[in-house]
Amino acid sequence: MKRWLIAMAFLGCGVSAVAQQTASIHRPSAAHGREVFLRLGCFACHGTVGQGGAGAVLAPNTIPFAAFQVWVRNGTPGWSVTSGMPAWSPRILPDDDLADVREYLATLPAPKAAKDIPQLND
Amino acid sequence: MDNKDEPKDSAVNRRAFIAGAATGAAVVLAQQASVASAQETVKPIVEPSVQANTRPASDYMVDIFKSFGMEYMFSMCASSFIGIHESVLNYAGNKSPEAIACTHEEISVAMANGYAKIEGKPVLVCAHATVGVQHAVMAVYDAWCDRVPVYLVLGNTNDAAQRNGDVYWVHSAQDPAALIRDITKWDDNPASITHFAESAARAYKIAMTPPYGPVAIVVDDHMQDEPVPSNLRVPKVAVPSAPSGDSAAVAEIAKLLVAAESPTIIAGRAARTPAGLQHMIELAEALQCNVVDTRQRMNFPNRHPLAGGNAASADIVLALEPGDISNQTRAAHQRNAKVISVSSGHLFQRSNYQDFMRYAEVDLAVAADAEATLPALIEEIKRQTTANRREVFRQRGDKLATAHAQAFERTKAEAANGWDASPVSTARLSMELWAALKTEDWSYVTGWVNWPMRLWDMTKHYQYIGRAGGEGVGYHAPASVGAALANKKHGRISVSIQPDGDLMVAPGALWTAARHQIPILMVMQNNRAYHQEVMWFQREALSRGRGVELTNTGFGLAGPDIDFAKMAASMGVGSSGPITDPKDLAAAIKRGLAVVKRGEPYLIDVVTQPR
Repeated sequence: MKRWLIAMAFLGCGVSAVAQQTASIHRPSAAHGREVFLRLGCFACHGTVGQGGAGAVLAPNTIPFAAFQVWVRNGTPGWSVTSGMPAWSPRILPDDDLADVREYLATLPAPKAAKDIPQLND
Repeated sequence: MDNKDEPKDSAVNRRAFIAGAATGAAVVLAQQASVASAQETVKPIVEPSVQANTRPASDYMVDIFKSFGMEYMFSMCASSFIGIHESVLNYAGNKSPEAIACTHEEISVAMANGYAKIEGKPVLVCAHATVGVQHAVMAVYDAWCDRVPVYLVLGNTNDAAQRNGDVYWVHSAQDPAALIRDITKWDDNPASITHFAESAARAYKIAMTPPYGPVAIVVDDHMQDEPVPSNLRVPKVAVPSAPSGDSAAVAEIAKLLVAAESPTIIAGRAARTPAGLQHMIELAEALQCNVVDTRQRMNFPNRHPLAGGNAASADIVLALEPGDISNQTRAAHQRNAKVISVSSGHLFQRSNYQDFMRYAEVDLAVAADAEATLPALIEEIKRQTTANRREVFRQRGDKLATAHAQAFERTKAEAANGWDASPVSTARLSMELWAALKTEDWSYVTGWVNWPMRLWDMTKHYQYIGRAGGEGVGYHAPASVGAALANKKHGRISVSIQPDGDLMVAPGALWTAARHQIPILMVMQNNRAYHQEVMWFQREALSRGRGVELTNTGFGLAGPDIDFAKMAASMGVGSSGPITDPKDLAAAIKRGLAVVKRGEPYLIDVVTQPR
């Protein structure tokens, strides 16, 4: 949650023209996004369906692409693997792939509410 | 020592002695004759009359271990303590201590660690003083960092004249305990049986005086065979009472806490015993303040309304046997808050290994055992609390209870994320387990996964025992088996969430569990990687602007995937899996619990999300 707030704060500084351009030209593919998400190991911190773990929860309620891009490109400070997000350069994760990753997360079905899961309500 | 001036075959010596003690001088003579004819250079050196009519020193040593109430001897067998092992089996009838076969000394020590954290006392751990200790070191380090009493007896051939051949020489050391001296509280290498008795008693007292810690006694292998002088008796051991804070310090702490507007307690290894847990509850309720349990022990019930939160806005922080509190201390001083530390760590440190953590500039440091200090502190707080302050505390407690309830609901919502995912989410795994366990008398003996501490209802001291003090990989499996052995006589269901990489370090713990019918439900957190290191690799590569696609090279445990169910089955442990569909979990857990209730171990391999 803290990392998302930081990412949203970046938005306040303005979204780059490149980001807007990429988002407008590229038609995101959730299927390809899933492949990238797994191949690059994003799931190691965020879980295969973005449910979170060592890293932030990415789905449901995935943030808009522009904020997502700022967050991934800049990362967040932290000295350990559980207290910060490393910055991903476009050379490792191109903008189109990043848009696909975001699309994958945004199109995942919402989980059941905790109140509807018997194992979470003893 | 017998006949020190004369070189001799000590193996023959031991064998001859053991046979003599058991069946009489005639048999001994026959055996010696047989050995001598096969190896004519060997010269029997122990007088048969001495062997037949006296007890060996190892019997006496076992009497001493019995006097400590040691229930078990954990060991990977070795010739250097064969005398003690023989006495445990034939003299003591394999009872108190009962010999438990381990396949690695790291397993022996980690099992002793888990056992001690449940039972509150050590078992006997025997090992070769050279190669055995070399295997055991990491587990000793875990016990050292975790303040756990582990009692090591190390077999060695002290007398060079007794070392008959290459193996004796490479299995002997001048100062065997040197290897672990930095990570033990005390050690000795006694020169006589009387010396052994005194050092054994002293070692027990030192191990069991807070701060607890591992100790080691080196035992010469020939000394184990010496006849016991008739006038020797087992020494009396009075374990010292734990040091508690002095009355002036206790009064000052109480004054600060009663006057505080938002005090917070940070608990590291505060509760050593069931009584300690109750004192913690009483303290928090007396003040109606929140308790941040850093979970090195079961310090506080996780669902208690005062559990959780943080120390970020506290005006007084009371740290009880804490780990690293340097960050909280710096932050506290920036807001003019005060930090009090009550810790037995102030009483005893060593230099080399840095487990003492960063220097914390606390405002009041009390060199005492926190648990022992709590009763007086609680009384003093109650004495100083006026009716007005009690009302302030009540209002504070109400707010904290509301915050706790809201946080609990948020945690449940978080657990619902990825509920139906495959691989199985660790939240789903944890809560399927909880659904099966909540009506049982259970003990969560180990696991990296923190969902149980967040969502299960933990109220008893044995329901959680912390992790590896030194964070060494290879702790979880053997420590959980040792803890399960301690739980066995109480009829508790022991359950662990077992990391895959950790089990690969010490899989022999499974065999020990099967061989000795130690009931434990071991559920794999099989994320097919050394996951923590995967994340470190990603961070490192990205910081250098390089790729992250090679994480399975050196960091992964996939390709080939490890079949832990088959691994367990190969060692006689019932098993199922690998499970990838979360819908299959409940049935597998039910099957496993049925086996565990019969008194046997069971492993369920679950392919899980990374965390």
